[in-house]
Amino acid sequence: MNDDSLWTIFLNASLVNNFVLAYFLGICPFLGVSAKLATATRMGGAVCFVMLVSSLCAFAIHHLLVAIDAPYLQLISYIVVIASTVQLVEMFIKKMSPALFRALGIFLPLITTNCAILGLALFQTNKGYDLIQSLVYALGAGSGFTLALVLMAGIREKLELATVPDVVQGTALTLMIAGILSLAFMGFAGLGA
Amino acid sequence: MPDSEKVAGRADATAATDEFIKGLWRENPVFVQVLGMCPVLAVTNSAINALAMGLATTFVLVLSNTLVSALRHFIPRQVRIATFILIIATFVTVVDYLIQAISLDLHRALGAFISLIVVNCLILGRAEAFASKNTVSRSILDGLGMGAGFTFALLCLGGAREVLGNGSLFGFALFPASYQPWIVMILPSGGFFTLALWLLLFNHLKLRRQAEQGRVQEVTP
Repeated sequence: MNDDSLWTIFLNASLVNNFVLAYFLGICPFLGVSAKLATATRMGGAVCFVMLVSSLCAFAIHHLLVAIDAPYLQLISYIVVIASTVQLVEMFIKKMSPALFRALGIFLPLITTNCAILGLALFQTNKGYDLIQSLVYALGAGSGFTLALVLMAGIREKLELATVPDVVQGTALTLMIAGILSLAFMGFAGLGA
Repeated sequence: MPDSEKVAGRADATAATDEFIKGLWRENPVFVQVLGMCPVLAVTNSAINALAMGLATTFVLVLSNTLVSALRHFIPRQVRIATFILIIATFVTVVDYLIQAISLDLHRALGAFISLIVVNCLILGRAEAFASKNTVSRSILDGLGMGAGFTFALLCLGGAREVLGNGSLFGFALFPASYQPWIVMILPSGGFFTLALWLLLFNHLKLRRQAEQGRVQEVTP
């Protein structure tokens, strides 16, 4: 069990140990979907949502696996259950709210096998959070991811207007910006600890 | 042996070498395809971590390629991705316990990133793009080549970051005590910067080669 306060957990997950800029989780969507601000915001929302769902799943699975004494099944069951739950939720949203589905739709299946989602499930298990703590942790991680993605998209939209040498075009440029963003986020170190 | 067979044999050997070399250089998973970025950045703060991560990924890659390729006629197309992920997750669990048995310190240093090999897009990518369409032996070679390319890239990053950020390589001090390490290279932002610089180098090489080819074509006609 872990007795961190909820506020500490939230700050820690969103700013101090930002999933993208400090833990390097979810780099693929961070590099891929950060070209436009509008897409980045929607992607962030979808990630927050999937993180909450998978956090709930991971909490349940962990307790089930402890009960039947089979910790070696952790990884396999996490990934399968999270993927299929997200799929179920996706169908549910499609039925209930087509508008929301159109907003999140294309991102949901992509996110499922994103390392940030599985990373979140593994970290919360390692840290021994209870249900409320896990959900707050997921919310923090999701908002931290959204923040990083939106910042990045904002900078990249501005950069469209700049003249950049041919050699630096593409991923190299994005990584440079990410490095500087990550430096900026280091300023938060010590805030929540 | 008739000549035609000899030629075919030689062509096979060349194809096999090519299968291996392409992953190492021409289609290098990190520098050219930019796949599997998360472990590349996260565990490369020292050369030894980078090497361990590279070997673990290679192990999973080769075994999952083998099994996917061996089962490729039995896996229904609709559930193939789920099956691949299950196969990969099994081998990752094996590697997780293996590293824990070999060195507890290493296991602690790599942390959750061993488990996160499951979601490395490189492995799923090779299973889907190569192993599910090719024979077992070619898939093993492809896995070995891609794994070697991945390990090579991790070592490039981990080596550079350890030398600059800690003044050592594989734990041996390289510089006299007066050397002031660039702490930032060990920190997360250093990972982004180092990878960006390596990509710059590869971009530069690519542009130069294209320019040269352009010149050759201009001369030939």
